[in-house]
Amino acid sequence: MPDTTPAKKALLEVDDVTIKFGGLTAMDSVSFQIREGEILGLIGPNGAGKTTCFNVMTGVYQATSGEVRLDGVSLAGRRRHKITQLGLARTFQNIRLFKSMTVLENVMVGADAHSKVGFFDALFRLPRHRRTEEEALAKAKGLLDLVGIKARHDELAANLSYGEQRRLEIARAMATGPKLLCLDEPAAGFNPAEKVQLMQLIKKVRDQGYTVLLIEHDMKLVMGVTDRIVVLEFGKKIAEGTPAEIRDNPAVIAAYLGVDEEDAS
Amino acid sequence: MDFGALFGSLDNFLSFTMGGLVFGAVYALIALGYTMVYGVLQLINFAHSEVFMYGTFAVAWMFIFLHGTESVTWSLGKAAPILVAALVGAMLLSAAIALLLERFAYRPLIRKGAPKLIALISAIGASFALAEAMGLRDRFADKLGLSDNLENYVAPGKARDVFSNPVTIQPKGLFEVGGYTVSDVDLVILAACFIMMIALDTFVRRTRFGRGIRAVAQDPETAALMGVNSGRVVQVTFLIGGLMAGAAATLYMMKIGSTRQNAGFILGVKAFTAAVMGGIGNLRGALVGGLLLGVMENWGSAVFGSEWKDVVAFVLLVLILLVRPSGILGESLGKARA
Amino acid sequence: MSAMSTTLSGIGRRWDGVVDRYNALPKPARLGLVILFAAFVYLLPLLRPPILTTNNIDFGGVMFSVAAFALVAVGLNIVIGYAGLLDLGYVGFYAVGAYTTGVLTTYHWHWPFFLALPLAIAVTMVTGVILGAPTLRVRGDYLAIVTLGFGEIIRITVKNVEWVGASAGIKDISHPNTIGAAPNPPFDRGGMFDVPRLQWDGIIPSLDRDHPTAVLAFGAVDAIPYYWVILTALILVLVGDRLVKSSRVGRAWEATREDEDAAELMGVPTFKYKLMAFALGAAIGGLSGAFYASGQGGYISPDSFPLLLSMLFVAAVIVGGSGNRWGAIVGGALVAYLPERFREFADYRLLFFGLALSVLAIWRPEGLLPPRRSRRAKAVEAEIEALEEGALEGSTHA
Ligand SMILES: Nc1ncnc2c1ncn2[C@@H]1O[C@H](COP(=O)(O)OP(=O)(O)O)[C@@H](O)[C@H]1O
Ligand SMILES: [Mg+2]
Repeated sequence: MPDTTPAKKALLEVDDVTIKFGGLTAMDSVSFQIREGEILGLIGPNGAGKTTCFNVMTGVYQATSGEVRLDGVSLAGRRRHKITQLGLARTFQNIRLFKSMTVLENVMVGADAHSKVGFFDALFRLPRHRRTEEEALAKAKGLLDLVGIKARHDELAANLSYGEQRRLEIARAMATGPKLLCLDEPAAGFNPAEKVQLMQLIKKVRDQGYTVLLIEHDMKLVMGVTDRIVVLEFGKKIAEGTPAEIRDNPAVIAAYLGVDEEDAS
Repeated sequence: MDFGALFGSLDNFLSFTMGGLVFGAVYALIALGYTMVYGVLQLINFAHSEVFMYGTFAVAWMFIFLHGTESVTWSLGKAAPILVAALVGAMLLSAAIALLLERFAYRPLIRKGAPKLIALISAIGASFALAEAMGLRDRFADKLGLSDNLENYVAPGKARDVFSNPVTIQPKGLFEVGGYTVSDVDLVILAACFIMMIALDTFVRRTRFGRGIRAVAQDPETAALMGVNSGRVVQVTFLIGGLMAGAAATLYMMKIGSTRQNAGFILGVKAFTAAVMGGIGNLRGALVGGLLLGVMENWGSAVFGSEWKDVVAFVLLVLILLVRPSGILGESLGKARA
Repeated sequence: MSAMSTTLSGIGRRWDGVVDRYNALPKPARLGLVILFAAFVYLLPLLRPPILTTNNIDFGGVMFSVAAFALVAVGLNIVIGYAGLLDLGYVGFYAVGAYTTGVLTTYHWHWPFFLALPLAIAVTMVTGVILGAPTLRVRGDYLAIVTLGFGEIIRITVKNVEWVGASAGIKDISHPNTIGAAPNPPFDRGGMFDVPRLQWDGIIPSLDRDHPTAVLAFGAVDAIPYYWVILTALILVLVGDRLVKSSRVGRAWEATREDEDAAELMGVPTFKYKLMAFALGAAIGGLSGAFYASGQGGYISPDSFPLLLSMLFVAAVIVGGSGNRWGAIVGGALVAYLPERFREFADYRLLFFGLALSVLAIWRPEGLLPPRRSRRAKAVEAEIEALEEGALEGSTHA
């Protein structure tokens, strides 16, 4: 069961989570923890259950058994937007932007997550509306600057290049002010140079004080940026540890044996 | 409210139930069209009600063509030959309308991968255009100079009024269930409905083409990879829906005897309700949903008064969607066991 | 067909040009233009410009229904255009607003119109919440059918309930309160003062002093004061619409429409915003219904609210350009105006708008005046498509 007490406080605990789809067990008694301020890599071959893990955490699916806790608060049965407000934000493996909204508006939607502005504030342009709007705007612009697409802020999300869209997804998730930022294969479809750039961005994000959970199945890449790694295979956790430990873990080597890392996308 | 009307005696109860079943059979046949198209395309074919409505007109026209306009009352046996011709005519016309819909209102959108809401709007537009075209048929005939030749068919100046079959079919009571006299007409309707349901069910489960339909319903992309011609499957789906609507139209005209350009609307909404109740996309669900809706609606009108019949049906739809949005038997054309 | 869609996008582009030129003006000039435009719209039924004016039908009455339809379309645009909810039973809300006004101002209670109006809006809004709360969770295409059913339920209900007049309907509904002298037909029009209207001989205008309009006198003869009232309501609603749309509320609606799951995961309480859009739309529908009931005729019956009206409302929003408030106004105006102006075709209007819905859905789902953004996105798409086609052709020739 749970291993030795972690050095730092656990921000997120995945506690013995199992989820079944009909006959398929997509997650099988998976437990791990994410500590504040770290970058945790979640790796595993395609179909291992990584995205499913995100979906359970963010309330898209209900776990068949077990639960997920954020800061000690159980997320079970909570509505999705509430989970986001509690501090869990994510990106999507298959990009899901609001395509006919502008880049800036996409990020502002994220920034609105904690806004208390309601219908009447907006209708009568009460001070709260104005204040919140200015804050959201500043925040959104700052985030677009951070991910490097500020110049495109007035463009429609649909018109961005693929790489820019991935970056916008990250900015939008960060705008919700999360304690934990979950990135689902943010470098999928990138060439090696772009991947390296993205990993630098992720480090920069962590240095701003965010905790990051990163799904990525390119082993080499994950090794370079993560503090610790959890490995899934067929819905089971098969290993957990520092990049060095994972590299030498025989079970992990077996899982990846014969699987060309590049073709696994 | 008068629960006594329904539950006061077993006879009353049985009689309302039987009457409901007969109507339910017609709903079920129309519901098939919604369910098939939804199963394959995940689209509500809003204009399917018009497919049915054109069928009812085809029946009346066929009687006018073969018999004339003189109002008479015949027994079922005497009307049978013309009825068969009318059935063929209605099935053909309804199928033709369904195929036209597929070709012009849906195919361009499916190709583009347009959002469902857009396809629904296109269908609503087509539905209104079709109903109005029927309601304005006298004007069109007039413009084409055919008013005199087609007078009996287009009802000049009265195209929007009730349009009756000149031959009224007099039902003959066969036996009693409770207080309800089951007539030959009722029996034919129920039997026809069951036979067609079984035939269709067998077709979808047993034949090669049926497998194609199920494959496309389950996963269009994989089906395409496996060599299923999905465009063809969609066409056949509309075709079957149209044929069944034509059959339903004939049965409806046997029982009711008249129609009008907006007759499809209410029946369409009810048939859709039936499809949803049984689990849209599920053939057997259409049957269960149709019969159930017919019965519940009849019970409802016994208790609340017949003017509230449609309200009962709609409220039922809302309740079903809330309690069990995937219907009684669940949604699955694709998952039907082979 | 491509010729048609080119003409249609031409309309969009020209509209863009107008908006751009307007935005480039200094603020006082913009204000001046708005006032000038508003004045023109208010005075339209008095100016009676040739071509526009309907000849055999009271032009003031036509303008009243144009404004009423525009108001309805603006309300429905919030539901369909902003939040992406297909409401096919909007006539139900229109009817609830009208009937609430009718019941409150006639034999049951005899309230004055302006007292009944806020209550009519509130009742409609509550109806919207009651209908929306359970149904907005079901799938979008089911919602369309449920709302359709709702429209019919309302109509059947008022037809069968004696308390609201059953099939006979309600007559003598209170008009808005006349300001100035009360009308005393046939000799005294009442009101504050009279204004004459124009008459045209070809393109030569002259004053027509024989048919003046009594300002703010609400009688049975002249529809123009009613038009002014509903136009004022329309302008207020437009202003509110603009303020709310350009806030986080508007963003939440758009995000929900674009991708409900993603919106939810970005912290948007989508259900709450869908319900808000639905209730607001309902309230505006009720508002227009209330004006309709208290209009010149002061009479409503179940037959005033056929389901077909719902379809015309939807057509107005879609034809105009779902998501653009000006598009909705243009759509609403067209749906109300065209059949009156071209009376000989009035019977064909459902056929025409039915076909228009289908044709637009297929060739131009964004309508005549789509929101500016989708126009821009479309332009880029077209460019890419053109490039791809070019590339394909190149490769086949090679
Ligand atoms: N909603 C669902 N219904 C049925 N099976 C699912 C569903 N979501 C995921 N799965 C299955 O769960 C397994 C894990 O998928 P996923 O989490 O997406 O893998 P990955 O590790 O590549 O992200 C796969 O076999 C997938 O088919
Ligand atoms: Mg994945």
